[in-house]
Amino acid sequence: MERADLVVIGGGPAGLAAAVRAKEKGVDRVLLLERNPVLGGILNQCIHDGFGVLRFGSAMSGPEYAARFIQMARDAGVETVTGAMVVELSPDKKVTYITPQGLFEVQAKAVILSTGCRERTRGALAVPGNRPAGVYTAGVVQYLMNMRNIAFGKNVVIMGSGDIGLIMARRMTLEGARVHCVLEKLPFCSGLPRNVRQCLEDFDIPLCLAETVKEIHGDDHITHVITAKVDEKGRFIPGSERTIPCDVLVLSVGLIPENELAKACGIEMDPVTGGALVDGDLMTSVPGVFSCGNGLHVHDLVDLVSEEGERAAEHAAAYLKGAANKPMVPVTVSGGIRYVLPRQLTAGEDGYLSMRVMLPGRDQKLTVTAGGKTLVSKKMKRVMPSEMIRLKVKDVPACEQVEVSLV
Amino acid sequence: MTNYDVLIVGGGSVGCAIAYALSRYDLKVAVAEKELDVGMGTSGRNSGVVHAGFNNRPGSLMAKLCVEGNEGFEALCKMLDIPYKRTGKLIVGYDEADHQALIKLKEQGEKNGVKGLEIIDGAAIRAIEPDLPASWAMLSRNTAVFNPFLYSIHLAEASAQNGVQYYLNSPVTAVEATEEGYRVQAGDHVLTCRTLINSAGLFADKVSAMAGDPSFTIYPCRGEYYLLDKGTLKMPVYPVPRPGVGGLGVHLTVTVDGNILIGPSADYIDNHEDYSTTEPILDQLRREAMILLPTLNMRTVIGTYAGVRPKLVKKGEANFGDFVIERSPKAKHLINLIGIESPGITASMPIARMVLDILSEDTELVEKPDFVPTYRGIPPFAELSRAEQRALIEQDPDYGDVVCRCETVTRAQVKRALHNPIGATGVIAVKNRTRSTMGRCNGGYCFQRIVELLLSEGKSPQDIDLKRRGDRPLLGYVKGGQA
Repeated sequence: MERADLVVIGGGPAGLAAAVRAKEKGVDRVLLLERNPVLGGILNQCIHDGFGVLRFGSAMSGPEYAARFIQMARDAGVETVTGAMVVELSPDKKVTYITPQGLFEVQAKAVILSTGCRERTRGALAVPGNRPAGVYTAGVVQYLMNMRNIAFGKNVVIMGSGDIGLIMARRMTLEGARVHCVLEKLPFCSGLPRNVRQCLEDFDIPLCLAETVKEIHGDDHITHVITAKVDEKGRFIPGSERTIPCDVLVLSVGLIPENELAKACGIEMDPVTGGALVDGDLMTSVPGVFSCGNGLHVHDLVDLVSEEGERAAEHAAAYLKGAANKPMVPVTVSGGIRYVLPRQLTAGEDGYLSMRVMLPGRDQKLTVTAGGKTLVSKKMKRVMPSEMIRLKVKDVPACEQVEVSLV
Repeated sequence: MTNYDVLIVGGGSVGCAIAYALSRYDLKVAVAEKELDVGMGTSGRNSGVVHAGFNNRPGSLMAKLCVEGNEGFEALCKMLDIPYKRTGKLIVGYDEADHQALIKLKEQGEKNGVKGLEIIDGAAIRAIEPDLPASWAMLSRNTAVFNPFLYSIHLAEASAQNGVQYYLNSPVTAVEATEEGYRVQAGDHVLTCRTLINSAGLFADKVSAMAGDPSFTIYPCRGEYYLLDKGTLKMPVYPVPRPGVGGLGVHLTVTVDGNILIGPSADYIDNHEDYSTTEPILDQLRREAMILLPTLNMRTVIGTYAGVRPKLVKKGEANFGDFVIERSPKAKHLINLIGIESPGITASMPIARMVLDILSEDTELVEKPDFVPTYRGIPPFAELSRAEQRALIEQDPDYGDVVCRCETVTRAQVKRALHNPIGATGVIAVKNRTRSTMGRCNGGYCFQRIVELLLSEGKSPQDIDLKRRGDRPLLGYVKGGQA
């Protein structure tokens, strides 16, 4: 059987960065498997700009950002197979993948899962009504419009205020469609503030908060939606219904980490993030299998996805060198934090925490304490569920637990 | 104008079963179907259960044909490469009244000739399905599940291989009696036939009236469903039937692919093709499913859908209308199949045999020497062994190109589905044959890849149909044109 030191599954921003960093760290044979015919993952359909501001100090399009990493992967000597769909990962790290050239198995010493995420669907929301044509997730519209020049319709309603929905509101407007509104069930926007400004406000597209689609109508093709306001518990408010005629309904109602391989492998999952449970080394419950990027938890900036990929690679490289098992310190949260990741930090090393809040807030204090001692304290002028909070904890002490609190 | 001995109106499971049964004989046979593919009405919108036959009134056609159909179903599925699993089924109850009702149900089943029925207690139930809270159940060993889409499709494709002509996308709009039979307008086609077989399901009353027999009224009764991702349920779980409910009660079904269904409700509606789901019914489905199986994970919902039963009884009437299968007393060239609702698919082959008997009264049935009874569909790549998968990729590299990630469907399968032997079109033809777009991502990954394949074969975006002609999923190209 073919062998590799490290197999990276998924050649998007997380996987590319992981593969490059692994080579830099001296890992011998790094094999990167990508299911699409080209590397870059979802970046290739993101022709808008704004990528790479943190990383490269300039705003690039998705394909430009990907191209930098693809070049780095080439230079670093990463072996890549495109058109390769991984169909199985075994707990002993045998990776089975298929390509038009055949079905292959490779025995890895370590594996990094960088499998990205998929969109939540209309079906998962179980919106009542008919199931006519003309209802798409934002990513499908983005792919076909940007990669294949496909036009979808003239009157658009966007359900959900996720970033891709906001981006597509602008894109469809630029292609001559009328985007009637973006509806968000929550009382706040799910997308980044900069996208609200650049994609909605600059084009006079209304963002309707606490309002969502109640029914979808149309026998064959969608003809209209009925929307309604919702109360603080998410229940429809009677009498608040409006009818909006449309020929396209675009859904941008959330992203779900894609982890079918991990689940089938028996890796323990986190029901809150939808990704794997990882320790301070981003290692999953299966030793030698690491997870990073949107497959671990959904990020808002690609720059941070790449960074997480690199950290996973560094830990994978250390694992391959046979680094001793280090004591892990569990992380607990209190206050308005929806999740923190990872749920364990490595004692004696710097720790990197990512977290999201449940509700928007102002003038709060974020603290990290261990055994009564404050490790980090940070004033948060404004917190938003759409904006991931990141925190570095220097030299995590060996202790019973690290507590993260936002009040 | 094209002349046929027999024209079947309606390419549902019953129409296709009749077509397959007739394709054994030296006859010119055609099927007129209004949708882009066969099996698109009630036949594709149900629980996908092969019934044992204990629910139907003893002595009825329904009971007799269902029991016969169940007996032959497995062999038929094997012959035609239709996914089938004899799972068994539980009908569950909670108290002594339910227990007595189950005993009565078992007696009724045995009167109908159903074998493999057994009353079991809570412990025995939990040995089968550990999370069911029920106290009593009837276990029916001969109940099975099958793929309802491929049932109609493989019957149709097998009959096409034996010479039956399919006119899809061809709704029957006019039927004119001639001296020898009928002249029928079906879509753009004018077809003549000596015998008209009316298996038009929800519209069988209207087709019958057009052909000279206005005796029937079909009352559409909708059932809504939830579709959940694959789970651990081993067999369908039904509640004890309640009198006066227009169906078998909201139940849990495991599909042949392992998905879980919740449904169906039973509500009379006005529009025969109103496949909407509604908020109150979806609420009701959730509630009733949680009674059957409190551990059910509603976070794994993939979608909702609805089917419509073609009932011969009105709302509020006694809940029994038997199948009508007869040569019309008012029109001698017309064979009517009316009110073929559940267990219509289970009974479809015995129904076809009954139709052959009726047809043979005035038509000579001569067996063709070259009839091929077996049919092989598109290989279900995801279910094959690694060795079989490897061999397929070697044969055709397109088997190594995965188009649908949720269900692991390959480009080779999608291509074969697009070039199917009955000329079914639309993304639906791919969906029903391969399961692509049917998984948890609702086509978020594969829809665009199917579209790309169609574009690469020369289709224009605006000519691509999704489920029905003219539903226009795509408008065309943006300014700048084709990429």
